[in-house]
Amino acid sequence: MIKLKYVIKIYPDGTEAVKDFSLEIKKGELCIFLGPSGCGKTTSMKMINRLIPMTSGKIYIDGVDVMKLNPNELRRGIGYAIQNIGLFPHLTVEENITTVPMLKKWPKTRQRARAEELLKLVGMDPQTFLERYPSELSGGQQQRVGVARCLGADPPILLMDEPFGAIDPITRGKLQDEFLKIQSKIKKTIAFVTHDINEAIKMGDKIALMQEGKLVQFNDPATLLNSPKNEFVRNFVGADRVLKGLRLYRARDIMQEPPLKVKVGDNPVKVRDRMKRDMLKWSMLVDGQNHFLGWITYADLEKAKSLREIMVPPAVTTAPETLLNEAMSMMFNSAIGNLAVIDDQEHLLGVLTFDIIRNILGKENSGNQKRFGGSKQ
Amino acid sequence: MRKYIILGLLLGILLGLTIWMTSLGSVGIFKMAPPMKVLSATVRHLQIVEAAELLAITIGIPIGFLSTRRACRFISPVLIGTANVGQTVPTLAFIGIAGAVLGMGYKAAVIALLVYAMLPIIRNTYAGIRSVDPALKAAVKEAARGMGMSMLQVTAKVEMRLAMPIILAGIRTSMVVNVGTAAIAGMIGSGGLGELIVTGIAVRVTQLILQGAAPTAALAIILDALIGGVETWVTPRGLKALKSAQWQQ
Ligand SMILES: Nc1ncnc2c1ncn2[C@@H]1O[C@H](COP(=O)(O)OP(=O)(O)OP(=O)(O)O)[C@@H](O)[C@H]1O
Ligand SMILES: [Mg+2]
Repeated sequence: MIKLKYVIKIYPDGTEAVKDFSLEIKKGELCIFLGPSGCGKTTSMKMINRLIPMTSGKIYIDGVDVMKLNPNELRRGIGYAIQNIGLFPHLTVEENITTVPMLKKWPKTRQRARAEELLKLVGMDPQTFLERYPSELSGGQQQRVGVARCLGADPPILLMDEPFGAIDPITRGKLQDEFLKIQSKIKKTIAFVTHDINEAIKMGDKIALMQEGKLVQFNDPATLLNSPKNEFVRNFVGADRVLKGLRLYRARDIMQEPPLKVKVGDNPVKVRDRMKRDMLKWSMLVDGQNHFLGWITYADLEKAKSLREIMVPPAVTTAPETLLNEAMSMMFNSAIGNLAVIDDQEHLLGVLTFDIIRNILGKENSGNQKRFGGSKQ
Repeated sequence: MRKYIILGLLLGILLGLTIWMTSLGSVGIFKMAPPMKVLSATVRHLQIVEAAELLAITIGIPIGFLSTRRACRFISPVLIGTANVGQTVPTLAFIGIAGAVLGMGYKAAVIALLVYAMLPIIRNTYAGIRSVDPALKAAVKEAARGMGMSMLQVTAKVEMRLAMPIILAGIRTSMVVNVGTAAIAGMIGSGGLGELIVTGIAVRVTQLILQGAAPTAALAIILDALIGGVETWVTPRGLKALKSAQWQQ
């Protein structure tokens, strides 16, 4: 647990970078420091591991005043990742990852094992990469190693300053997904700096929105989107805040059972009767193993001899982990306007429709917050 | 590969020349130095170079390092300026002055050599530390501090390591210069191969001069190659790539 109480930072030149900043990050929580450039996010974060000395106030980690600790010892107990990655160019990937274990004088074999474990965790093959140098890695791989390095000695707390900053949007999204997956396993207490509202919504359990050194609003992402405290928050979150709320969900959080699932061998006449009775415009066709094959529309059923011949194959399908904003753009490409959710063996899991999404957005708009905060990954 | 063949050839010629001159026995009324004398002169030569070089490294690197610190920013231009200007003073003048001020002999020679050898080391240490891309350096130092390295560890494990290739290049230069300067130090009675050369010059016998000069040149080549080898060996692949990337810019 990290607790900041009335923290103030005034730089020697008189810049008031952080003003009366109080906040608590609970154990296992990922807290985003969000705000426009120069609002004091980095300064606030660096005061936690004392890289920047605070002017006044108190910072506690698990109830212990950080000023009472030896700064180097303190830092070895806190994972640290910076925006520019800062990998040591003269050391191999392995030596980079084991920087803190080395400082803590772990035995060599344990360091090696840890490096292998962490590389695997961030999705890199130890055989290939342990002996490489940073200059021999792609930008995305460097960021992964940066994340692995901050986990080096398995610290309970991580400070991350735009860890996925210098990278293209696609790789960035992938790294975010992977990191959330890792976090769901390791449950670290994390202070995470970003100026990207979308990243904040996607990653954060809590968001601390800052303006000119002050904490303006500290809430979970859904509350921030739905109940902006003032004009500044409303503007920062953006006019499309309702749409942004889509990022709070993944397909699996809101998908529904298909209204009607029919099998390849079913009799078209019977299917037609059934659809007429239930007033369905479409149904979903699967084979004997529940593999999704395509859509059946009521209109086509009239003259059909078999279901397979009138089936409309899906233009797109989606995985259960897909964020809702992405799923929705896919739906515009789907012939039926609906989206089948399938697992990696193409088993049909559920379906997304515009109605379902409208329901979700409607609820958000009316301020019903009970449905918020779908699981983060 | 061609480089090594040429080097090997040159070395062969120089050593052959030395053996040939020594085998002459005498030229006219002048006796050539006997083989044992050549050998002991070579050892003496190495001793002078080694003593001066080790001292130059232990003094030069800290001076070069300190001149990059912000606290020293007022005296560092003077230091680095002196180091640069110092190198333009001809070695002969340098040795002459040392002999005049410190008297003749081994000690005076080592001190003269040490001062002279220190200059490229100071200069390269300074340049090496300063040449690391500031953005890279800031990021790397911040990461190092943030992970709990002490100031000393940041200096030793990060800053100096990044500057290492250029510092080593400085040591290599100073070593080669040193071998040559040590020959000139023969003038102030330091012993070593310079003594043979100086004697040869005094009596105007080319063979005698060659007997001292050829092994001196061979020594310079061998030491240069040796440190070059060390340089490649201790420079990690990651830094080589970084260096070549900087060259390309
Ligand atoms: N060493 C310093 N001396 C004086 N002022 C500083 C110093 N470091 C930062 N500042 C100022 O403090 C304020 C907050 O800086 P900080 O780096 O915390 O911003 P940030 O929110 O991280 O911004 P960004 O998103 O651009 O990284 C800025 O106005 C900055 O100019
Ligand atoms: Mg910042």
